[in-house]
Amino acid sequence: MTFWKIAALNAAVAISGTAAWAETEITLWHAMGGQLGETVNTIAEDFNASQDDYKITPVFKGSYEETLTAGIAAFRAGEQPNIMQVFDAGAATVIGAKGATIPVQDLLTENGVDFDINDYISGVRYFYADSDGKMIGMPFNSSSPIMYFNEDALAKAGVSAPKTWEEFQSVTAPALKDAGYIALSQSHLPWIFTENFMSRHNLPFATNDNGYGGAEGTKILVNNDAIKAHFTALTEWKENGLFEWYGTGWGDNATPFEEGEVAMWIGSSGSFGGLMKKDLGFDFSATVLPYWEAVTTEPKQTFIGGASLFAMSGHDAAENEAAARFFQYLTSPEVQYFWHKETGYVPITEAAYELAKSDGHYDRFPAAEVGIQQLSLPGGENTKGYRMGFYVQIRDVMNREYGRVLSGETSVEDAFANIEKEANDLLARFAKTQG
Amino acid sequence: MKRAGFTTVWLPVALLLPQLMIIAIFFYWPAAWAVQSSFYLQDPFGFGSTFVGLENYTDLMTNVEYAKVARFTVIYTVLVTFFSLALALLLAVKADTVIRGAKSYRTLLMWVYAIAPPVAGFMGLMFFDQRNGPLTEMFQAFGWEFRLGADFNSTATAMVIVAVWKQIPVNFIFFLSGLQSIPKAVREAALIDNRSATGRFWDVTFPLLAPTAFFLLIINITYALFDTFGIVDTLVRSEPGNNPVTLVYKVFVDGFRGNDLGGSSAQSVILMILVLVLTVFQFRLIERRIHYT
Repeated sequence: MTFWKIAALNAAVAISGTAAWAETEITLWHAMGGQLGETVNTIAEDFNASQDDYKITPVFKGSYEETLTAGIAAFRAGEQPNIMQVFDAGAATVIGAKGATIPVQDLLTENGVDFDINDYISGVRYFYADSDGKMIGMPFNSSSPIMYFNEDALAKAGVSAPKTWEEFQSVTAPALKDAGYIALSQSHLPWIFTENFMSRHNLPFATNDNGYGGAEGTKILVNNDAIKAHFTALTEWKENGLFEWYGTGWGDNATPFEEGEVAMWIGSSGSFGGLMKKDLGFDFSATVLPYWEAVTTEPKQTFIGGASLFAMSGHDAAENEAAARFFQYLTSPEVQYFWHKETGYVPITEAAYELAKSDGHYDRFPAAEVGIQQLSLPGGENTKGYRMGFYVQIRDVMNREYGRVLSGETSVEDAFANIEKEANDLLARFAKTQG
Repeated sequence: MKRAGFTTVWLPVALLLPQLMIIAIFFYWPAAWAVQSSFYLQDPFGFGSTFVGLENYTDLMTNVEYAKVARFTVIYTVLVTFFSLALALLLAVKADTVIRGAKSYRTLLMWVYAIAPPVAGFMGLMFFDQRNGPLTEMFQAFGWEFRLGADFNSTATAMVIVAVWKQIPVNFIFFLSGLQSIPKAVREAALIDNRSATGRFWDVTFPLLAPTAFFLLIINITYALFDTFGIVDTLVRSEPGNNPVTLVYKVFVDGFRGNDLGGSSAQSVILMILVLVLTVFQFRLIERRIHYT
């Protein structure tokens, strides 16, 4: 009899226990590896410790592409996480699938969290928004391409970081070459020298309001004279030893800068944290992305790269509330400042930016401010973002053609004609998947 | 003569059922699904879907890049198959004549077999590293500006070398056992008739190895076409850019990276047909001409 009594007691305790301290558990699938992943875990643990009602579990799912694919497969099987991180190039896929996500703006207001899009810094407001300006995905790890430079190298060559590509071409790069350096490398041609080239020069990237107007009939506008002139210049710089390209891999192009062979490197503002932790053996700083004076005299802000967080649909109200509370926590100035300080990704709200300033973060590390400064530059009609389907494949096409240009297999003219044709075929195919 | 057999139809069917179910669930069902989705263009999340008939196929057939990938795959397969068979045969013939320490010599040659393709790919990344890879330095010493990841031909060369290196042990094991099963009497008889070792090899040993060689030929073609996926993926670091890729890798890139399920399914159906042709070729054309002992 005693055994049954104990068992009954246990059962009673277990039932009342779950009733009394029911934590709503939610999951977050992300693509932040290494140091970044540990920072995500810290944020999640702090959130769990800050209250007793919700518990979030972050799960690392591999690269951005792998995370998106895993999320899609899970959604089709009805096993989707509550929150999924989707990168810039996958935005059209996840936003196009209406019903797959709950717009983050709706999620927050329905759960009683104040939401004002103007709290966010101007560069991140509309990238993950729909055509009406409603925020669909919560910008999380936002970054922008900025130009890092080896201060010792520039001092040796007696030059300062160039503001325009004209200055780079005529003054900076030749001086750096004479001082024994390769002047420039970069790590992501589609992101840096295509998407952000358009934004910096306020050029339209696609028809239909850069694709925000819908997938139907959207055409890419990549085959224009400004960008072709830029790539022609790149090939000439490469021939003259002013620029080097080490393949499509991100690290292959960053390593020569870190080892002091290349004097300036264009990477992500989110690379800052990693560079700080490395013992580079030289002082480095950063500046905003140069522009062509021949194209524009009023350079604009750039697009955000990185990724945002999407609330997946198909969960009950309690879990959605938990997701909303997590977003609220995540966008609080303190958490944003922590994330910014640890990783180098930009703080997404004005309040967090102010906090970083008042705390003296930028007095200690001036280069940490460059990304957010660039995203806060004046905007233009073409700078809020772009929305193109099958964009991961379009980037692959660009990488392929740019690689061919820089390894001398094809001409700039042919490469851009190919990109335009293949990208438009892919866009037309994507429009049909939405039917 | 009395034939042993089942008295009812149901018992053999019941005994076969588990096997048939495995084949149906893991092979026919996914294959049928791939065929079906190759006629549609669908939203990755499964919301929208448009029937497009053969458009996914006609798009592929008119795509210049797909033709380039197909051409590279053929060249790659021929090179990998030829070199991994030829080098393994050479090693097997030499190993067959080793008397002292034969066992350890053979074991050493077989070790590589245990290495998984992605690991082989990673070793390739180190050997062919742009900045301090020993093989990169060797090529550069010969005056070739070898640059893995930046130059098409460099990456292609690295892929072939790693794939061949990984496959040699398998071929070696088969060739060696094939050589050892050739009767001693035949060899001794040949020794009397022909004094030239090379002549004896081509006139006697090689024809007797033909069944093994043919079996390996098919195995190696499928290896180069399909199993080198891991090597390709690690050597291009999942970002193909202007580097060469094989047809199977393109199925993965378009389907899993690009989320183009229809186009990717059409590509896998084309590969299924290729395997079908290869199998028919194996059984119909060559089996008739090769005599197994």
